[in-house]
Amino acid sequence: MEETVIIVGGGQGGFSTASRLREIGFRGRVTIVGEEEHLPYQRPPLSKAYLLGQTDVGRLSLRPRDYFDKLGIDLALGKRALRLDRGQSNVELADGSILSYDKLVLATGSRARTLPDELSQALSGIFVLRSVSDAEHLRLALASQSRRVLVVGAGFVGLEVAAIGSQMGHSVTVVELSSRVLNRVACEATANAIQALHRNHGVVVKTGTKVDRLHSHYGAVTGAQLSDGSFVHAEIVVVGIGGIANDELAADAGLQTASGIVVDQCGRTSDPNIFALGDCAVFPFEGRLVRIESVQNACDQGAAVADVIGGSTASYAPVPWFWSDQYDAKLQTVGLACDYDKVITLHGSREGSAANWYFRNGRAIAVDTINDPRTHMSTRRLFGAGQSVSIEAVAAEGFDAAIEARRHQHAGAPAQQ
Amino acid sequence: MSSNRNDNMIEITVTDSGGITRTLNARDGESLMEAVTRARLPGILAECGGACACATCHVYIGPAWLELVGKADPMEADMLDFADDVRENSRLSCQITIPKT
Repeated sequence: MEETVIIVGGGQGGFSTASRLREIGFRGRVTIVGEEEHLPYQRPPLSKAYLLGQTDVGRLSLRPRDYFDKLGIDLALGKRALRLDRGQSNVELADGSILSYDKLVLATGSRARTLPDELSQALSGIFVLRSVSDAEHLRLALASQSRRVLVVGAGFVGLEVAAIGSQMGHSVTVVELSSRVLNRVACEATANAIQALHRNHGVVVKTGTKVDRLHSHYGAVTGAQLSDGSFVHAEIVVVGIGGIANDELAADAGLQTASGIVVDQCGRTSDPNIFALGDCAVFPFEGRLVRIESVQNACDQGAAVADVIGGSTASYAPVPWFWSDQYDAKLQTVGLACDYDKVITLHGSREGSAANWYFRNGRAIAVDTINDPRTHMSTRRLFGAGQSVSIEAVAAEGFDAAIEARRHQHAGAPAQQ
Repeated sequence: MSSNRNDNMIEITVTDSGGITRTLNARDGESLMEAVTRARLPGILAECGGACACATCHVYIGPAWLELVGKADPMEADMLDFADDVRENSRLSCQITIPKT
């Protein structure tokens, strides 16, 4: 008997699982249930090219509709999953239909954290950015001439919107509660470089400050009173204060959650027939439980879960990577920069290029690069090969990650018999 | 890879990683990566969606078309440097724009 796999979530992770199941020859039924009407699409361009009007929904699709038809992947789009009944092994959708599964994959993603209601008061002119519909609303607002834009939160989404807003000729202010930009995800050296980049483009960056009160006129936002006593005029307020895992479906069904659906190294939840992956999942990584919102994690964990459904017992042990394009700068990261005790900055050969190496107990755990894809790619190779890079090696005169990677590549080549 | 112009579409001949050759239509102004993913070419994942960030849309350009397609810019060349099986004629297809006719 062929198994039926139901995938709840039509984003990059759900797509990756479905696609990989067919790639490995899985012959059972595969259905993707997606809350949005759109075919699975890419989200990263939403905070970049999409806001500039350089791409449209059709071009964001990961694959055309006939890809799913040809591979026999059923699409149930525009349908929200309401309830999970583990006893009956089925999922109830908002339209009343009930889908039975042998294996269930939760790829429900994350949603944007919003300002508290008492602050936003349902005013118009306040935006978040997560879905194509969010991006379309923001794109239309930004398309008006010379607006004043206030970005709340200096994470990747906020900073990318700030860059686009400033490139479009708007006056942009970024307000960040913590002492620096990218506080949660990057070291001071990376943060300072990115902050300087924004200031050089005329963006006002206010750190250690929060929005105390929003001002409005006939229901439309006009500005914000900040905790440092200053007032910022703004017709557009973009809220980029992080994401919340969509774990309610799992939690309501009694699956273990901890600000995300808890899974093991195979992507399995506390129910052996239910898996979770991507933005909504919390998984073990280097001895910690982590939740990663990235294309890499959605793609790779999606594929790993498909492999496990197909019978593999391999663990998901990723080399996390990420990128953020702001102005002409390409920021790329490898590894997870958490619990580090030392950072070394190496300047690259290209003007303005730099690599910040993060260490824990003398070993490199992550590298951020700015305009240095060579170091980024070679570090991905080194980490992917499980190659330990010591602080002494990086600190040594003439260290070059690319040369290291080549050396290990050759050392790792099979010996001639 | 090789190509033929036809109205505002360009015919592109591609050979996939399994050695199967076929022709696909690319549209004006789109990237070669968009054309090959639409045609479901196996092995082209294009995970980053065209941001020159993942190196999973790697292609080899046919010798006759190298000049027309042009060379990788320095950032792309850096990304390519550590892609799998890189050759002289390697490019990331997301960085190649189908020219307007």
